[in-house]
Amino acid sequence: MTEPLPTIVLIGHGMVGQRYLEALAERGVTATHRITVLCEEPRPAYDRVHLTSYFSGSTAEDLSMTPAGFMEEHGIALHLDDPAEHIDRAARTVTSRSGQVFPYDVLVLATGSYPFVPPVPGKDAPGCFVYRTIEDLLAIEEYAKTRTSGAVVGGGLLGLEAAGALQGLGLTTRIVEFAPRLMPVQVDEGGGAALLRTIESMGLTVHTGVGTQEVVTGEDGSVSGMRLSDGSTVDTDLVVFSAGVRPRDQLARDAGLDVGERGGIAVDARCRTSDPHVYAIGECALAVDGRVYGLVAPGYEMAETAADDLLGREKEFTGADLSTKLKLLGVDVASFGDAHGHAPGSLDVVWSDSRSGVYKKLVVSPDGVLLGGVLVGDADSYGLLRPLTGSVPPVAPEQLVLPAGVGAPVALGPSSLPDHAVICSCHNVTKKAIAACATLAEVKKCTKAGTGCGSCVKVIGQLLPAAADKGLCGCFPYTRSELYEIVRTRRLTSYEQLLDGHGRPEARGGDGCEVCKPTVGSIIASLAPTLGASGYVLDGEQAALQDTNDHFLANMQRNGSYSVVPRIPGGEITPDKLIVIGEVARDFGLYTKITGGQRIDLFGASVDQLPRIWARLVDAGFESGHAYGKALRTVKSCVGQTWCRYGVQDSVRMAIDLELRYRGLRAPHKLKSAVSGCARECAEAQSKDFGVIATASGWNLYVGGNGGATPRHADLLAQDLSDAELVRLIDRFLMFYIRTADRLERTSTWLERLEGGLAHLRDVVVHDSLGLCAELESLMADHVAHYRDEWAETLQDPERLRRFVSFVNAPGAPDPTVKFVPERDQVKPDLAVLTIGGAVR
Amino acid sequence: MTVELQVAQGWLTVCELSSLIPGRGVAALLPDGSQAAVFVDRAGRPYAIGNQDPFTGAHVLSRGLVGAVAGRPFVASPLLKQRFDLESGRCLDDEEVAVRTYPVRTAATS
Repeated sequence: MTEPLPTIVLIGHGMVGQRYLEALAERGVTATHRITVLCEEPRPAYDRVHLTSYFSGSTAEDLSMTPAGFMEEHGIALHLDDPAEHIDRAARTVTSRSGQVFPYDVLVLATGSYPFVPPVPGKDAPGCFVYRTIEDLLAIEEYAKTRTSGAVVGGGLLGLEAAGALQGLGLTTRIVEFAPRLMPVQVDEGGGAALLRTIESMGLTVHTGVGTQEVVTGEDGSVSGMRLSDGSTVDTDLVVFSAGVRPRDQLARDAGLDVGERGGIAVDARCRTSDPHVYAIGECALAVDGRVYGLVAPGYEMAETAADDLLGREKEFTGADLSTKLKLLGVDVASFGDAHGHAPGSLDVVWSDSRSGVYKKLVVSPDGVLLGGVLVGDADSYGLLRPLTGSVPPVAPEQLVLPAGVGAPVALGPSSLPDHAVICSCHNVTKKAIAACATLAEVKKCTKAGTGCGSCVKVIGQLLPAAADKGLCGCFPYTRSELYEIVRTRRLTSYEQLLDGHGRPEARGGDGCEVCKPTVGSIIASLAPTLGASGYVLDGEQAALQDTNDHFLANMQRNGSYSVVPRIPGGEITPDKLIVIGEVARDFGLYTKITGGQRIDLFGASVDQLPRIWARLVDAGFESGHAYGKALRTVKSCVGQTWCRYGVQDSVRMAIDLELRYRGLRAPHKLKSAVSGCARECAEAQSKDFGVIATASGWNLYVGGNGGATPRHADLLAQDLSDAELVRLIDRFLMFYIRTADRLERTSTWLERLEGGLAHLRDVVVHDSLGLCAELESLMADHVAHYRDEWAETLQDPERLRRFVSFVNAPGAPDPTVKFVPERDQVKPDLAVLTIGGAVR
Repeated sequence: MTVELQVAQGWLTVCELSSLIPGRGVAALLPDGSQAAVFVDRAGRPYAIGNQDPFTGAHVLSRGLVGAVAGRPFVASPLLKQRFDLESGRCLDDEEVAVRTYPVRTAATS
């Protein structure tokens, strides 16, 4: 014999009631309990926050908050249009208007609130409305069809919403607010003034600091005007009362439950009323902190709390964030945290531009903690600022309120938010939880973030792209570092094996793409000595993976010609070698330029010239260098102790040693380095992926710097290292980077992305916290031991040399479109040749 | 096996199939002085399109990387990486741009 299931009766099916049902479903309670819902309205829960959008084209279906089939799926009995009328706590039953009696084991009150209508004469005349339900909207819409003017009593959030709705219905609209400014709860005086100007500029009339004395009616008894407390009378055909809401606690009062002095069903931190079998959640409840919350976010939190309590789980609701962001009458208005600066000693940072109707105020504590703020006219930064409340922002507060283009640029993006920052305050969802999802749809489904007020959707979007399908490309569902691990642990040396075995199903057996091929080529090249594969990039299948530069071992320039950059380790070169470079350049007619990396670029070589140029250089003791591809480029140096009167170590020797050690090393991004002989930093080591600066007692190692579009100074990783310690640490650093970085990710962005940042990196490579160091060192030892001069090897192999022709069917013929014209005693590409044939759009 | 390209004068032998690396291309000089980029995919199917990259004017498409999207092979220009469908010549990144294509076949070496 089976026991009857325990029964939960929920009174009220608004946003919070629906959230409670979902919370029960998520916790499996719907399977173990019988659930009945009594709903006063004729339709299931809908989005009351966005009620006004009903007038701008949303349908009642669009506003629905109840997923199709939800009730059926979870066996919930929903009684629409049948409100609860009586609770018998002794018998534990609820009687509905239709006369049905529902027994309960647990009763949940989510009755919400009702609009407060001030007790003025005429308030019940035809033409007076409240603004609360879809039915209210339908009634207003119908009445407005034959009228021309309307007035809203109340200039708060909902009042402005209602005014926007009336204007949208074509009525001349006025707002009457008793307080001296609009939105008195959320916005301060300055913000209220900005709001007022903007709203008046839209053609609405605003009366502040006046009350409504009487609704005046015409001969037919319907609304014809209002008499205000300043003695004036205004004409209006319709009045919408939006002067605040009151908790709907009558049912609870009648049942003898405790209520607050000013209303609201008293609950404890677990949302239990004075009767342990009865909960109250949402706007009908008086929370333990003595407040009745009129926002949906705290209501949702209470729904979760009550659901947890049912299962005996510890969760408490002791208060909530009152942040809001709305677009009222087309004006962005947001307020968060301590918007009015109530905290002792708090300071304001204000930007106010009455021309554009923008007002922004941040409240900060004396020690720089962001406490709250008000944004009117431009609330774009709300999504970033609110999660930062309670912490010291990463940039100065004035940068956060100044508009773009004024003063210093705002360097604050979602990436600067900590993981625990709450992005969606409606559903209390953190950045970390959002980052775990791939798409906005997934975020909404898994976390509900973005399904409340919607103000966080923009920031969610900014957080997602990085996380959106973290697969490398359309061929692989893995990141570069995951592929590195697959290649390493499975000892794969074939791209096709990797694609066919580990690619996305639709890509297996196919041709791959231009994104993953070079990436995998680079991974296999980095691991080649360890895997026992040929590291030579032109051999076998490897040849098909390389970007054109790697394929031709030279750097393709804009007209299809190549540049050759002889390796000059540390920038040190003998006069004889310098002369050889000059002779080669002269004999092949190459443009010559000294580079930023202390090398000499030789530009303008055609494909078929490359081997002949390399041969001359190899004969003179050079090898070519990587001026292309993702590999170590150069290690710059100053002259150091040897020549410079300030130098404290031999920076040239160290630079040469490092460049020769790491030459040929393939990485996710190009790598550059420098060694300075003293703190004067003539080699600019702090702008490099790894940079070394001499001290009197050794070397300081800096990592994660770069030039490029977003320059970053390197961070000091370790100090006063001996030669051996320095090299060992760089070995570990480079191999850890190569192993874990994403495709085309610089050391700088990698370091910033790395969880725990520099401290974590130091733990791993200095203190060996992951026990990886021996392996990282051994990988580098393999690389160093197996380095081969790819250019010299190419020259020795006729098969490989066959590729260095302009035309497969005319090996001797140069490409006639690679032409040059003179400039400043040298040559430059003749771009006119390239447009011949009219191929350019 | 040789790779042959159809030009005004008939079928032009470009090279031995074996001298093409699957997934890579070669450039061929045509009798009228123009250039074709000839590729072979992983399955051994040959393709030929114009060698000039319409975005830069350089004759470099033969040196791009071959890939496939939804089973259709393309080459990514080595300069600015725009992709061109090897069968139709259509640029996959800019629908207003296309390069010409050439009929191509493999033939037993006579």
